[in-house]
Amino acid sequence: MTPLLKVNNLSKFYGNRIGCNDVSFDLYPGEVMGIVGESGSGKSTLLNCLAGRLEPDAGEVLFHTRADGLRDTVTMSEPERRMLGRTDWAFVHQHARDGLRMGVSAGGNVGERLMAVGARNYGDIRAKAIDWLERVEIAEDRVDDRPSAFSGGMQQRLQIARNLVTGPRLVFMDEPTGGLDVSVQARLLDLLRGLVREMGLSAIIVTHDLAVVRLLADRLMVMKSGHVVESGLTDQVLDDPQHGYTQLLVSSVLQV
Amino acid sequence: MSEAYNFAYLDEQTKRMIRRAILKGLAIPGYQVPFASREMPMPYGWGTGGVQVSAAVLTPEDTMKVIDQGADDTTNAVSIRKFFQKTAGVAVTERTSDADVIQTRHRIPEEPLREDQILVYQVPIPEPLRFLEPRETETRKMHALEEYGLMHVKLYEDISRNGAISTAYAYPVKVEGRYVMDPSPIPKFDNPKLEMAAIQLFGAGREQRIYALPPYTKAVSLDFEDYPFEASKADHACDLCGCDTSYLDEVIVDDAGGRMFVCSDTDFCRGRRAEGHIGAQGAPFEEDAA
Repeated sequence: MTPLLKVNNLSKFYGNRIGCNDVSFDLYPGEVMGIVGESGSGKSTLLNCLAGRLEPDAGEVLFHTRADGLRDTVTMSEPERRMLGRTDWAFVHQHARDGLRMGVSAGGNVGERLMAVGARNYGDIRAKAIDWLERVEIAEDRVDDRPSAFSGGMQQRLQIARNLVTGPRLVFMDEPTGGLDVSVQARLLDLLRGLVREMGLSAIIVTHDLAVVRLLADRLMVMKSGHVVESGLTDQVLDDPQHGYTQLLVSSVLQV
Repeated sequence: MSEAYNFAYLDEQTKRMIRRAILKGLAIPGYQVPFASREMPMPYGWGTGGVQVSAAVLTPEDTMKVIDQGADDTTNAVSIRKFFQKTAGVAVTERTSDADVIQTRHRIPEEPLREDQILVYQVPIPEPLRFLEPRETETRKMHALEEYGLMHVKLYEDISRNGAISTAYAYPVKVEGRYVMDPSPIPKFDNPKLEMAAIQLFGAGREQRIYALPPYTKAVSLDFEDYPFEASKADHACDLCGCDTSYLDEVIVDDAGGRMFVCSDTDFCRGRRAEGHIGAQGAPFEEDAA
């Protein structure tokens, strides 16, 4: 089986400081990978490099494109990369405001990606937007409301709908549950898990919340100071952490 | 013509620079060419971009016409016409067919233009994507990579809020299947006329951009398959000349709800009245009656 995403020796430096250093991994179709680590460990830098939002200093990111197999997205031309960004990839930001157009209605937000790839029939776009709002549990009568009239959890769900409407194959998520209260978090995780399984999505989830990865991720990568210190199956890493930092991380989780 | 001014106010080097921008604009229809806009002796918003373009294309033998919202006799039109009379000494006219260069604000004349005419538009904001995407770096990239999905988001919002595309002026067009262009705030009624025989030049002074449509360039108004573009106008006939195909202005005539609809193109309306057409509230045409 060919991997969907193949990362080889990816490095990013901010001057003398390390963003992330020498990261390599494969991601297979339908697989969800979690990246955990403390603040400043390079999780978001790595994610942004993978999603083409930051230019890495070394290494390659090979994505299995529909047309011509594995392609290096770092050296790919910008139009091609941006095309991937609105078709096969999706990016869910931590703050829904970064990923949404706050001045545009919910339906317009969901429809934007459809229109960006050439949909020109209002009725179809609207029907699809309403369908997706229902899939993320937003009532149909909110389709013409602006995101600013939505609660934080709804905004986050709207952002997910907006990203998944074009049927991407790879979803990047940067702390998708950050800043939400626990009950809303639980619903969102439930929803995400359902969507990922149902659509057969591959996903890379950056988070510092171990419960989130336990629930969503098949595999786990633990980062510290820009390096990957441990990786493996989620349950294996969390139940039997080998590296000192992972042991510290697992034991720091607050128990209720 | 005042001897103290160089012909058409601007110095020769500046006019060369503007002509180069115009030529580039004509070579890439719909592309916004940056140019070093000069400070003009009138405030921004009064047509500084259009005036600079007009100054660059005028020759001493030309006859000029200036219109503002279709009218020859409003402040903006009168002051710009006077400006060129004083600084270039060119002949001026109010007749569309007699003019070589027509500078316009927010209208295209009703009378079809010819191949030997130039239409110069005054443009306030040349970037059609501006109100959706405030970053100039981003809009430039979107133009370069032909990413125009966002333009339809605006039309989608119109329909979802008002049940129809409510954008009535500055209606975006796609030029020759490539660049999306803001045709300046002309009513969308005028959009089909953008494909014409004359050269069309667009000047934005404050934003420092010039763009152009060569003769017979295809300009397609954006729309949805199920909500096609419609060139709308007030559903009336002109009350002075009786024309029911021209673009109309609504004029309030008293404080008791009285109103009349008149052609916004004053030269066109006068021409029709001179030919003997009379509208519902019109009087027979007399020369110099006004």
